[in-house]
Amino acid sequence: MAILIGNDTRLLVQGLTGREGSFHGLRNKKYGTNLVAGVTPGKGGSDVEGVPIFDTVREATTATGANTSMVFVPPPVAADAILESHDAGIEVIIAITEGIPAMDMARTVTHLRRGQRAAALIGPNCPGVISPGKANVGIIPGEVCTEGPVGLVSRSGTLTYQIVYELTQEGIGQSTCVGVGGDPIPGSDFIDVLERFEKDDLTKLVVLVGEIGGDAEERAAAWVKENMRTPVVAYIAGFTAPPGKRMGHAGAIVSGSQGTAAAKKEALEAAGIRVATNPTEVSAIVGELL
Amino acid sequence: MDLFEYQGKELLRKYGVPVPEGRVASTPEEAVAAARKLGGRVVVKAQVLIGGRGKAGGIKVARSPEEAGEVTDQILGMDVRGHTVKRVLVERAGDITDEYYCSFLVDRSERQFLGIMSAEGGVDIEEVAANDPEKITRVHIDPLLGISQFHARELVFGADIDRDARKEAIAILPKLYDAFVSLDASLVEVNPLVLTGEGRVMALDAKVSVDDSAGYRHPIFDELKTVHEVPEQERLAKEKGLTFIKLDGDVGIIGNGAGLVMSTLDVVKAAGGDPANFLDVGGGAGADVLSSALEVITSNSEVNSVLINIFGGITRGDLVAEGIIDALGRLEIKVPIVVRLDGTNAEQGRKMLADAPHEMLVTAATMLEGAEKAVELAGKGGE
Repeated sequence: MAILIGNDTRLLVQGLTGREGSFHGLRNKKYGTNLVAGVTPGKGGSDVEGVPIFDTVREATTATGANTSMVFVPPPVAADAILESHDAGIEVIIAITEGIPAMDMARTVTHLRRGQRAAALIGPNCPGVISPGKANVGIIPGEVCTEGPVGLVSRSGTLTYQIVYELTQEGIGQSTCVGVGGDPIPGSDFIDVLERFEKDDLTKLVVLVGEIGGDAEERAAAWVKENMRTPVVAYIAGFTAPPGKRMGHAGAIVSGSQGTAAAKKEALEAAGIRVATNPTEVSAIVGELL
Repeated sequence: MDLFEYQGKELLRKYGVPVPEGRVASTPEEAVAAARKLGGRVVVKAQVLIGGRGKAGGIKVARSPEEAGEVTDQILGMDVRGHTVKRVLVERAGDITDEYYCSFLVDRSERQFLGIMSAEGGVDIEEVAANDPEKITRVHIDPLLGISQFHARELVFGADIDRDARKEAIAILPKLYDAFVSLDASLVEVNPLVLTGEGRVMALDAKVSVDDSAGYRHPIFDELKTVHEVPEQERLAKEKGLTFIKLDGDVGIIGNGAGLVMSTLDVVKAAGGDPANFLDVGGGAGADVLSSALEVITSNSEVNSVLINIFGGITRGDLVAEGIIDALGRLEIKVPIVVRLDGTNAEQGRKMLADAPHEMLVTAATMLEGAEKAVELAGKGGE
């Protein structure tokens, strides 16, 4: 298997007719992802390189059986796009859009988590999900990945590529790589994804890539200790971040002692998780444990 | 964006939260005029975006307009933990019977909103949380349902607020919550919320932090931003679409993506160096952005070497190389530039750099090698 996306993924892209949406949507298709539809209100009936465009997600799912959506629309309309996909019965929603107001996400995520038919939302402000050799939904460069037994979950984008690249170079493949994003209110956090990896028979080890700010890593550490048999290796970025300085995105705010890289490392190690000191060491430790 | 106290209070007033009457002043003369207008005893408060101004002498009481001018003269220009005071808030002083704490914020862990209240106000709330956690009441609020009267009651009774202040406090909390939500704030904190001698409850201080992502639906954010002073280098970077933070070392850092840049800072530190900055060119940076980034970094005279660490996803290696070559030709670069390039079109980019040799250009095959070279070239390798 793999998690979230795989051979049975039927992808629709909200915003496929846009510049970024078409570039990455078609790149995902080229990778082998089954891209079945695009949704752009007002452009229904047209197509993007043969992929049919619909006005609404419901029309697209009815016509194509799409079960996964990638959101590539501008921030002011992105929360609405996520809600629309959820309402139309999409099972996995991957939101790449950066800069969605936290208030919008608070309401959207609350709604999604409450429903009887809870859709999995990954992101927003994330690089997406790739199950190497099966499907790629998002902007992770597929060529740095290779099939294998390691699951990866990360709050960062390019740092994920770096670590996946190091793993691949060591001949260690990945089951699924998930970028949960760095926003204050993510659709899925580490625990949501770790839970899926724990149930996945292809995943033999999980790499968790965290960064300063918040307490998602600390909570993940406690959860792993209680619930996980699959070994976990971690890496945390931001040891040299000065306290109280913003480092580029909302997930990376240090507030006092809690949320620092050192506190996270301590919590992870206390849960029996080995923490690498740099991205290269991640692949070395993974190689040792596999 | 964090707002100054006077900005936060003006906004809270619009949502019906009682705040003391006050005026902002940036000269002693303005403070005298403000005090005269307010009449009676006033409090002059330094406006800085950092805590601890009271201890630093940034809050003073004045009995006359003239005295208000004198204390303003003392406070303006004062340094509060690295922040220079440019403005003061002159407010009517009142009798304070008791001080409380309350706030609304986005709770990232629970993905909900959180209301916090304590009868221990006017002090560092983190200390209260650490020493007397039972004195802090927390109530989660469903973002879809919003605040109900019972939430306000749970906060006020839970925190054991004085009988005399309860009714008004229960009435104020939904207004504060309304401000929090309507302003797209990530935090609205009132410390202290006070009970006055006349039995009124009002916000004596306000810390409001708003979500920059929501700026498109709040034209007022731009207006509020105009008084915020950003260091020159950071302003220059921002104009060019870069995220830049100055640090104290001498190894300049350029990377793409916040996580990778933070990781780069860490490996430079581990290699014995000290990063001079954090600079994220963002996703999909073109040649002009890279060139501008080098310009910003090398404008800092403390920089002795630069490490460019790019892992292209959306960002293309050939464009990165083009930007570096452009900067080397356009600027007078006197420090070594170490380049590590991987990902999309990296091979093409590396070839372009090899074909355009420059005495200050050094390439590295891996991130760790790049860090070691940059540190060594900055002259700190042996430390």
